[in-house]
Amino acid sequence: MLKPLRNFLAAICESRAGRISLAVFCACALIALLGPLIAPYDPMARNYDAAGKLVRLAPPSAQHWLGTTTLGRDILSQMLWGARSAMIVGLVTSIGVVLIGVNIGLLSGFLGGRVDALLMRITDIFLGVPFLPFIIVILSITGRSTWTIIFAMTILMWRSSARVIRAQVLSLKEMPFVAAARISGASDLAILYREIAPNVMPIALLNVAIAMAWAIITEASIGFLGFGDPDALSWGTIIYQAYASQTMYRAPWWVIPPGVAIMVLVSSVYFIGRAYERVVNPRLATA
Amino acid sequence: MGRFIAVRSLHMAITLFAMVTLMFFMFRLLPGDPTMTTISPALYPKAQAAMKAQFGLDRPLFEQYLLYLANVARLDFGLSFVTSRSVAEVMQGRLVNTVVLILPSMILAYALGVLIGAMLAWRRGGRMEVGIVFLATALQAAPVFWLGMMAIFVFSITLDLFPVGHIVTPGRFPDPTWRMYFTTDFLHHLVLPFAVHTAYQLCFPLLLMRSSMLSTMHDDFIELARMKGLTERRILFHHAMRNSLLPVATTIPMILGWAVAGSVVIETVFSWPGLGRLMVESVEASDFPVVQASFFLIALLTVLGTFVADLMYGMLDPRIVYR
Repeated sequence: MLKPLRNFLAAICESRAGRISLAVFCACALIALLGPLIAPYDPMARNYDAAGKLVRLAPPSAQHWLGTTTLGRDILSQMLWGARSAMIVGLVTSIGVVLIGVNIGLLSGFLGGRVDALLMRITDIFLGVPFLPFIIVILSITGRSTWTIIFAMTILMWRSSARVIRAQVLSLKEMPFVAAARISGASDLAILYREIAPNVMPIALLNVAIAMAWAIITEASIGFLGFGDPDALSWGTIIYQAYASQTMYRAPWWVIPPGVAIMVLVSSVYFIGRAYERVVNPRLATA
Repeated sequence: MGRFIAVRSLHMAITLFAMVTLMFFMFRLLPGDPTMTTISPALYPKAQAAMKAQFGLDRPLFEQYLLYLANVARLDFGLSFVTSRSVAEVMQGRLVNTVVLILPSMILAYALGVLIGAMLAWRRGGRMEVGIVFLATALQAAPVFWLGMMAIFVFSITLDLFPVGHIVTPGRFPDPTWRMYFTTDFLHHLVLPFAVHTAYQLCFPLLLMRSSMLSTMHDDFIELARMKGLTERRILFHHAMRNSLLPVATTIPMILGWAVAGSVVIETVFSWPGLGRLMVESVEASDFPVVQASFFLIALLTVLGTFVADLMYGMLDPRIVYR
């Protein structure tokens, strides 16, 4: 399990773009980890100035680096807390998605026949489900919480990984090393998980990156539409609060930071994915 | 070909059927009683029972399900909980509004994306390429609703060039009419959401076309075309681009699905009265018949898009055999 991860990191570090984006990503991860500790204020506290007046919609200043909201909350502190929720949503969803996608893809490609046909029909049905509207419907029925959002995204996003992995398995299972394993008496399960699975790891890791980027953007979209977890602070809900307060066009310091943060984090994930893809698919690298 | 269309239509019907079924049971089996919004628990139990009977809610679940299927097949989604008008009346014009915004924008995004992507690969190297690839990735990584807000901030609020939202000046067309789409007022409202959506959507085909071209350009047939003495232009358009198009084309159904589903956010930012916005408003108002109907129409658009795109592959790649 550790070896593919080490190869993954080594592959990314081969290019300069890869190294830079990895550094950016790690910085975001660090902020997610330490954010609540280094946040200068309680993100939900209303701040008052020396005269006891609420610091309402204040532009960036020495006290509040990114200004405050209409309720006098410190935006920088909200941003730091939001990093944590973006990271958790991204990581948990992408790992869940790839675990389901890889297993369905492996089984479908390897077993073939009726199992394959059934699993692929199910995948097709899931591909027809409108992504964001479906999540909104689920949230409207079950109530709004971060874990429901993660769950809803996971059960819809595995569909594309499953297809890609299946295609890969179809060609891998005809390889000589699979026949060799079979001759030496390996069981189907052993062939599938010991011989074939490690070979789909590169594609699976690439899918982790794509799923993570999508999960972060989707969670922000849900937050923006007003269906985010009311108790969680995410970059999407910060934008939503600015939007709902109808003051966002007077207070650009409120809406610009969360959008830029999402853009930086998600781009770093995309660039990591691309740096890795060049190694997985050398035809791109030679060009 | 005829057989292929028949099989695909069957698949399409199965997908829609599964989705409709899922919707029906989700609203009834999950915790919470959606009927409470219309049938107040404060009413006398007898009055509650009478209202339930009127809606057919006293019958067994399976019977309700069959009734529901029959109604969906006739595109009858009942009455809106909130306005008590028929759902069809509430939905009027919404589908067209969404299609009018999303479809031309997607076509332009793919056309531009493919062209720019091919050019980047053809004239490899230099700051221009690095810059565009970086810009496209960053744009793709931004949430589209946020891009919309930034565009409104710059072009509507600061420069006062375009309206901040809506499809026409509010109050100009109290009743939906097709005439609305042929006014300069409509075009004026269309510019900003259209431009933002197109800019956002063109990144993906652009990046994909570029990498597809990069691998095609090393193929032997390009070398052969060069040796035959063909002009660069001819090699680019007739040989390299054509052969690089397939991986880009295969993504159309998926991306079209994402775009239709994603219309929810772009329509919300620009107060565009389309299906997605209607759905969000209905969810907020717990107007479940309208939620179901708009969800169904969004799903229908997604599935139809996939179907049409599947047929198109054959035109692009004669190697594909319809089975």
